[in-house]
Amino acid sequence: MGMTLTEKIISAHTDKDEVHSGEFVIARVDFSLANDITGPLAIKEFEKIGINKVFDKERIALIPDHFTPNKDIPSAEQCKILREFARKMDIKYYYEVGRVGIEHALLPEEGLIVPGDVVIGADSHTCTYGALGAFSTGVGSTDLANVWATGDIWLRVPESIKFILYGKPGKWITGKDIILNIIGRIGVEGANYMAMEFSGEALKYISMDSRFTICNMAIEAGAKNGIIPFDDITAEYIKSRNKRPYKVYLPDEDANYKEIIEIDVSSIPLEVAFPHLPSNVKSVEEIGDIYIDQVVIGSCTNGRIEDLRIAAQILKGKKVHPYVRLIVIPATQEVYLQALKEGLIEIFISAGASVSTPTCGPCLGGHMGILAKGEKALATTNRNFIGRMGHPESEVYLCGPAVAAASSIEGKITAPYG
Amino acid sequence: MIGKAWKFGDNIDTDVIIPARYLVTQDMLELGKHCMEGIAPDFSSRVSKGDIIVAGRNFGCGSSREHAPLAILGAGISAVIAISFARIFFRNSINVGLPVLICKDVVEECEEGDLLEIDLESGRIYNKSKDKEYKSESYPPQLMDIIKSGGLTNYTRRRLGINV
Repeated sequence: MGMTLTEKIISAHTDKDEVHSGEFVIARVDFSLANDITGPLAIKEFEKIGINKVFDKERIALIPDHFTPNKDIPSAEQCKILREFARKMDIKYYYEVGRVGIEHALLPEEGLIVPGDVVIGADSHTCTYGALGAFSTGVGSTDLANVWATGDIWLRVPESIKFILYGKPGKWITGKDIILNIIGRIGVEGANYMAMEFSGEALKYISMDSRFTICNMAIEAGAKNGIIPFDDITAEYIKSRNKRPYKVYLPDEDANYKEIIEIDVSSIPLEVAFPHLPSNVKSVEEIGDIYIDQVVIGSCTNGRIEDLRIAAQILKGKKVHPYVRLIVIPATQEVYLQALKEGLIEIFISAGASVSTPTCGPCLGGHMGILAKGEKALATTNRNFIGRMGHPESEVYLCGPAVAAASSIEGKITAPYG
Repeated sequence: MIGKAWKFGDNIDTDVIIPARYLVTQDMLELGKHCMEGIAPDFSSRVSKGDIIVAGRNFGCGSSREHAPLAILGAGISAVIAISFARIFFRNSINVGLPVLICKDVVEECEEGDLLEIDLESGRIYNKSKDKEYKSESYPPQLMDIIKSGGLTNYTRRRLGINV
């Protein structure tokens, strides 16, 4: 029987010729990661195992990106634990403030994740790397600690849902609108325990940055992983970056899918997810007047250069509404520098935005933009759960960079003109 | 184990279980103080040791923070029964030793405050207040191996030949 892309990659990382959904396997891990929240707990667990070295110090990244630059003493202590472990174990890929970026933007950019990989990360948005044609999934700290010890992990091979995307996306439509649309259709557990495999002719219009966004939010439908088969766009992205050789896997034509869903992306409008679930999706055209206090453009979902370019295109020569705080957070130093070179940062600051150093910060209510009681934020981030960005009685609306930028000018949620 | 039921709805996410601003410690009891505070203020001070969370679909969706099952344990909860669990939360719970049981009928028929008795070995759940017995879904054998080893870390120690 044929294999889905996820089955194929997992099987190549076991001693079996073929694996299929439902099977339990031990899979070899090509790369692993943790951040300043999940890392310290993983280190504590690793120490309990009772060995004094990690499986491969060049296949682990430790990325202090959540509460950095440190917001308070306890978060500084967390980073210190991470830093000291990195030095003690001689971990090659530890990123200090000034070099660090948001993990899921940073690692692909650094070429540390390559097509065909099995990647395990102690962060739920580890599924982002599926955009490179890798199997990549989030776990907790204990699972990760055990990967550090053994270099492998137990997995139940997931069933796959295949999304066939066709048509050409409309103006301003990016990966965020596509994935919000899909989550709106299937719900927050519509792909629970499953793989979301994206394919179809529309992929040729969907940039690498948008593909990262799509796979990034697979977890918001409960998926184990999101994945996009390797193509010319992947090849172009990886060719100047990859730090390891890679092997391309493609799904078999006779693979078995739990479901096949066809989506005409030309009909997808600019989308907004209402509080308090990413599946509460509405077209921006049908929502009425929703006034906002804060707009955040950034995160592992939408803090890449394409996002900043779109936002700058809309904000150029305009001013942020007097009642709105616009916070722009380039996801990595490379994105930041590129945005500087292209004049995007100047556009943001001239418009009256605050531009921050890379950090996950406000996305998870950490720092750099916490909401007060009753406030509403519109964000290009990934979650709008109760209290996600601050006070339990604050609200988060999710959208792509075009709606975020346009809304920051209008003071209410709106589509860009023109 | 025996405890009274605390009922929650569908899609209880990890930000509700333990808001990210408290993720600057690995101390279970400290995390437990803030468990569920977004939707059930003072939850941890109202819980008696051994109480049981009874929830709907997709419990634990969202982030991979293992602090979520730790906070639940730290608040004094002994087990979570739900119609379904989000996958990372489910793995994390097994790994940190929080019993997580899948049983739709218990959830639908149980009321807040009902006294529940759970036998983990057999998966039997008895609602004393309603005098009704249920059976939770059994775990796959591979998962039972991990649970019987005393968690994933002990399972790994065994695989690596380190004395447990």
